[in-house]
Amino acid sequence: MCGIAGFVALREGLPPQSLDELTAMVSALRHRGPDEFGLYRDAHAGLGHARLSVIDLLTGQQPLCNEDGSLWVTFNGEIFNYVELRAELEALGHRFRTRSDTEVIVHAYESWAEQAFERFNGQFAIALWDSAEETLILARDRLGVRPLYLCEHGGRLWFASEVKAIFAGAPALTRAFDPVGLAETFTFWTVVPPQSVFQGVTELEPGHVRRISRRGTVDRAFWTPRYAEGAAPASSPGEAAERVRAALEDAVRLRMLRADVPVGSYLSGGLDSSLVAALGRRVSGGRFCTFSVRFEDLEFDETPYQRAVAERLESEHHELVVSREDIRAAFPAVVAHAERPLLRTGPAPLFLLSRQVREAGIKVVLTGEGADEMFAGYDLFREGKIRRFWGRQPESALRPRLLERLYPYLVRSPVSQRTLAREFFGRGRAQWDTPGFAHQPRWQSAAALQRLFSAELRDRLRRVDVVERLLASVPAEFPGWSSLAQDQYLEARTLLSGYLLSSQGDRMLMAHSIEGRFPFLDAHVVELANGLPDAFKLRGLDEKHVLKRVARGLVPDGVVERSKQPYRAPDAQAFVGPGAPGWIEDLTSERAVGDAGVFDRGAVARLWRKCQASAAGGQLSNFDNMALVGVLSTALLHEQLIRQVPSRAPGVEFRTFVDRLSGACGRPGSGIAAGV
Amino acid sequence: MTVQQRIRAFILENFYVSDPAELADDALLVTSGLVDSTGVLEIIAFVEEEFGIRVRDDETTPDNLESIERIASFVARKRQANGPTSFTSGDVSAA
Repeated sequence: MCGIAGFVALREGLPPQSLDELTAMVSALRHRGPDEFGLYRDAHAGLGHARLSVIDLLTGQQPLCNEDGSLWVTFNGEIFNYVELRAELEALGHRFRTRSDTEVIVHAYESWAEQAFERFNGQFAIALWDSAEETLILARDRLGVRPLYLCEHGGRLWFASEVKAIFAGAPALTRAFDPVGLAETFTFWTVVPPQSVFQGVTELEPGHVRRISRRGTVDRAFWTPRYAEGAAPASSPGEAAERVRAALEDAVRLRMLRADVPVGSYLSGGLDSSLVAALGRRVSGGRFCTFSVRFEDLEFDETPYQRAVAERLESEHHELVVSREDIRAAFPAVVAHAERPLLRTGPAPLFLLSRQVREAGIKVVLTGEGADEMFAGYDLFREGKIRRFWGRQPESALRPRLLERLYPYLVRSPVSQRTLAREFFGRGRAQWDTPGFAHQPRWQSAAALQRLFSAELRDRLRRVDVVERLLASVPAEFPGWSSLAQDQYLEARTLLSGYLLSSQGDRMLMAHSIEGRFPFLDAHVVELANGLPDAFKLRGLDEKHVLKRVARGLVPDGVVERSKQPYRAPDAQAFVGPGAPGWIEDLTSERAVGDAGVFDRGAVARLWRKCQASAAGGQLSNFDNMALVGVLSTALLHEQLIRQVPSRAPGVEFRTFVDRLSGACGRPGSGIAAGV
Repeated sequence: MTVQQRIRAFILENFYVSDPAELADDALLVTSGLVDSTGVLEIIAFVEEEFGIRVRDDETTPDNLESIERIASFVARKRQANGPTSFTSGDVSAA
């Protein structure tokens, strides 16, 4: 796992690009891959690599080439089925020099061209440079575990794992927020690729491959999800659970064993990570480390469940207690790594946890991410089911009472609150049959935050409807899917890919050079889950029904039976009250808000007054929390990535150095930059 | 300030409205997304404290609470129903 960067000329006659830019890009990604650095350059293209050595520690350096040196690759991620693919490729006559999964990529591309990517079971962002054809091929895994950003500037296409590397490589580039990216963030909690929050920067869409040459660019999806058609179930839930269990065991085994370093596991105390850790424990022979975040605020804490699982697994259990002060102190770095505004502080504890993993000497962890999307775990899916049922009979007084099954606190609430809840959940119920119906309450709540935007920004967004844009970009098969499948797809496309795997996933893990592996996002597990009948996933209102059957006996009953607790961390409370550092006041000041241009000064001043007053004991709503975290993170992002000129940190020392312009070439074992 | 102005000032401040000119006194607060269900509770707490009334559960309806104007006339009706109190006639805005 690593960071990648590079560029390719988009037109003839450009002077050669100096190595300084590529060096600056790789240096900006040092946290992703601190172990070794490499670069390749010729007259048209450059590839850079920062390596976190996980597989084939001795000879897996990059960039790496095919037998005749015509095809070069720089790659971030893992191809978990590389051993099987290698055997196939050797049978086809390919000769391998290393034991790495990276080398499988070049030979697979030689044999199968773009069809290679759909054979990869893994998490990857890949750049392949075909120097004979003068064509760059970029590809990204199905669900977007690994990031890949793009930007056209000065006649070249620049690409990198993180935006900060593009900014470092091209400091003359105008750095500014993109209004549409902001509107998406303040609706979906994330941008939706290819959109980014920075002007001129785009993201390669998950599951896509792009071919770039001076003749033009072609971008296409090499994978789109397939959901079950409305046919009768082919098996019983029990049989389905057996198949899911077998697929998950395989997925965990691959992720435990395809590593030349020890693999640990995150453990939140919920069903998904407990199941993953339990399966990982069975594969691991000796030491098996589990890592948990605990909270000083009891409201968010899940310690008893974590400990119950750790005791059952007899793991070497590591706990990290996170306080409000910890979140506040980490937050500027968290935003710099996430590279997008955040509406929650949830990423911060995971940033701190990956540091603890690093200190424990572990480089790779399993996580339970993806189970809620693939197996229908979220309240949003249950809520959507009830609201649609209600919408079909909009005058029914009985149907909305099902909401009380979902949100038991409503039963104990005063009638007034129940009336309001009905008002909230019932809004637009006549349109129960339209795409995005289940998500509308959440999207509308978040989009209401846009009233904090400055008049100028709101003016620029007057004719932009980001929900309409999203719903217009769904696959052709979408209308034929069930409502649940549509909801699952939208959830995976937005929150999973852009927030959970990115802001809360890759970025927080890689901040401390930790690789996350996601068994629930294994290619076979995903195909299997998407092919299951809806009723096996959401049985009545029982969420993740099949997965609970799988987990029985593997994790403590209390964990299978507990009601789902969304992962949350203290939000606004972390930033107000005594001891709050000066930077918070600075960022909400008229000057800073005016400089960033995103928010209205008066509105931010009113929000800040309300939040400060709450420190004396007032209550803040969910909306206030999102508003304050959104304002602070946007300001921190502006300060750190837009206003500050990217620093050119001292260059890294390249272990792999192939410069076809100067004829210099250094390979592992031969020292650096020896003339060839 | 009239009741309606006091309610308006509270809503502008509490829901950090960036452009007061954009919020008409007859704008629908919940439907427009300005106020969510927690926000309605904040409004109720405010009018109870500010105007010394009690809002019953069955009064928590859009008719009473959906706009600044409706809240103002609801408050006026409640205070009238409570019998003669100390407020002056200028306190109640036309609604």
